[in-house]
Amino acid sequence: MCLGIPGKIIATAERDGLPMGTVDFGGVTREVCLAPVPEARIGDYAIVHVGFAISLLDEDEARATLEALRELGEVEEELAREEAGEPAGEET
Amino acid sequence: MKYLEEYRDAALVRRVLDEIAATVTGEWTLMEICGGQTHSLVRSGLDRMLPPGLNLLHGPGCPVCITPLEMIDRALAIAAREDVIVASYGDMLRVPGTSGDLMGVRSTGADVRVVYSPLDAVTLARENPDREVVFFAIGFETTAPANAMSVLQAERLGLENFSVLVSQATVPAAIRAIMSRPGGRVEAFLAAGHVCTVMGWSEYEPLAEEFSLPIVVTGFEPLDLARGIAAAVHQLEAGRAEVENAYGRAVSREGNREARELIDRVFEPCDRTWRGIGTIAMSGLGLRPEFTRFDAIERFAVSEIDSAESQICIAGEILQGRKKPIDCPAFGTDCTPATPLGATMVSSEGACAAYYRYGRREGAGS
Amino acid sequence: MNGTDPTLPDCPLPHSHRGRIILGHGSGGLLTGELIEHLFRPAFANPLLERGDDAAVADLPGELAAGGRLAISTDAHIVQPLEFPGGDIGRLAVCGTVNDLAMVGARPLWLTATFVIEEGFATARLERLVASMQAAAEEAGVAIVAGDTKVTGRGLADGVYISTAGIGVVPPDCETGGALAEPGDLVLCSGTLGDHGIAVLAARGELAFETAIASDIAPLNGLVETIYETGAAVHTLRDPTRGGAAAALCEIARQSGVAIILEEAALPVRPAVAGACEMLGFDPLHVANEGKLLALVPEAEAPAVLAAMRAHSLGHEAALIGRVEAEPPGRVVLETTIGGTRIVDMPAGELLPRIC
Repeated sequence: MCLGIPGKIIATAERDGLPMGTVDFGGVTREVCLAPVPEARIGDYAIVHVGFAISLLDEDEARATLEALRELGEVEEELAREEAGEPAGEET
Repeated sequence: MKYLEEYRDAALVRRVLDEIAATVTGEWTLMEICGGQTHSLVRSGLDRMLPPGLNLLHGPGCPVCITPLEMIDRALAIAAREDVIVASYGDMLRVPGTSGDLMGVRSTGADVRVVYSPLDAVTLARENPDREVVFFAIGFETTAPANAMSVLQAERLGLENFSVLVSQATVPAAIRAIMSRPGGRVEAFLAAGHVCTVMGWSEYEPLAEEFSLPIVVTGFEPLDLARGIAAAVHQLEAGRAEVENAYGRAVSREGNREARELIDRVFEPCDRTWRGIGTIAMSGLGLRPEFTRFDAIERFAVSEIDSAESQICIAGEILQGRKKPIDCPAFGTDCTPATPLGATMVSSEGACAAYYRYGRREGAGS
Repeated sequence: MNGTDPTLPDCPLPHSHRGRIILGHGSGGLLTGELIEHLFRPAFANPLLERGDDAAVADLPGELAAGGRLAISTDAHIVQPLEFPGGDIGRLAVCGTVNDLAMVGARPLWLTATFVIEEGFATARLERLVASMQAAAEEAGVAIVAGDTKVTGRGLADGVYISTAGIGVVPPDCETGGALAEPGDLVLCSGTLGDHGIAVLAARGELAFETAIASDIAPLNGLVETIYETGAAVHTLRDPTRGGAAAALCEIARQSGVAIILEEAALPVRPAVAGACEMLGFDPLHVANEGKLLALVPEAEAPAVLAAMRAHSLGHEAALIGRVEAEPPGRVVLETTIGGTRIVDMPAGELLPRIC
């Protein structure tokens, strides 16, 4: 029930009493209702569902998750190398 | 695209899949309850990359599939009227009613328009003051704030020719119903990420406790789904049963307060029928009394409708996770996306359509 | 020239009719004659058309004498809106038939064009579409040698419907067809997927999104010639139109009784097309093109063909997107970016945006 796609807010304006934003999805733009995200600013990323921003994206959370996964991968590779008796690899 | 591609990274997905495989020691049955997740799992092939001990069921998470037959028949009856424009989300157009669908009724002269956003339906009403515009407001909690806003906006603009045909569903009651029915064997749930973006996850805590059920709030991209499944598996193996958030970049425990206020202003909880399942108490949203004048059922007097389901269709059992599409004798033969017998084949995120489209025609292991 | 109202669009026809097509223009009399004399003939000017007889008469092309064969194709065109970024129904009508001929290895020669025009259609607009057709015909090196016009009542033709038929010649040694793909072949695509479909959808305005994406309507016969000039055995050519690359490849897989395996990571898609597809829930493989081709060639020949395509103005973004295998026959399979697989099916019909 949830086709919600991340897009970047590139403009804001009020229309018919509603806070609206122009959101860019990689080269396609659409007017999106920003009423659910009053704290939204130009440059923020939002999840857009049926023309409404239902949330702003938490950049720090996103980065933390991906970094943790990448580090996990490096640790595993390091362990695998040690087990195989290879010399320690360079920091990537 | 930022915030999408990173979550489709093959190496990271592989890493999490390896973690799942290394953690699983027994057989577990999980259920996801979101059409968008069904679609994403099958589209990426992720559902067939899980270890054999994991049984992932597709629950009744497709708002299109669970929309009651009577509602579709009501929409068709309204659309048949000359002075009406029916505005609908695209996925509803091919859902079969008792005789026909919204797309087919266009060929008899009905004016049915696809809209991407409920506000576009309001615009239609403004631009066509001499016609009635009826917006088919379906969805789960994710879509409810937008559907609510269409009513508020119509009110603000003083539109007399706009009404909504409401068919909103809510998830927690459905989880309770599935867990309460005999023969259920679901051991963990993936909660729908964007439903929780709006509602938060506090409503799931009593369910986790009552049914000893791990519930993991999960996103939609392959990496998000893999992480959600991994979290559920960790809990199952450790004997824990908690609500956990695996979609931190878009979900917080409180959800989106403004969005929930929009819902509460316009809608109130009510009982509702889920196509193929039956009535589930307090599992839907209906218009508050002060908005009755926007209720299309009242405006067009279509409360009494004779509806009849296909006898062959087992969509209900599939929606509850009791059967899989390939268990249905009509799957792929009488019932295909081009000639659907029931809702789960029509909607592209219905389990049957997803299985058919993405090639799960020959059974497990194919 | 209409002499009555200076605010009406300029119209080339002498008789006053307020710059609009009326029923009389389709009834074969004086007004039809004017339409032909002053609008169609000047635009499509060529010796075959100039003779003005009931049928065009042409000399046999040299290839036929040498043992070549005739290729014949026809297409009807209905599109809304009639004009959109990157093209219009006129350009579409010419390129659609030119491309059908090119996909069987034919050199396109002559086109016919019939118009069913709605009463009230602005003549200046018709002139614009006809000029666009001639421009496309010149790009393709073809002549529009015969045609017909009918006018129907208001509200009955969405403005105008155009139908084209085309004749071309296939060289004697050319063997290209949908049933000729073989296991071991590679699948090449001349450029980005889905441009036309998204451009037209945006122009229609119902879904209220904006994009700079333009339709990719183009005549492909020049690109096809370049491919043949490499000397490669070209097993199959197909231009994906309605139904997208998925429909084209499913047809080929079925006709040839082979499996086509695509690599999701290799599919060329413009970011804006990808963005529109994400937003609406579409698969780019299901979205139409009108100026791209798929070429299935033996593996050994693929590098030369790809290089030749990339050197051509219409093939700069050409890419290797897949391969042909024996199993499972008749199916198109996608290897997904995360290492999974799924089957690519024909789209069920009109593409509908989803909320889920």
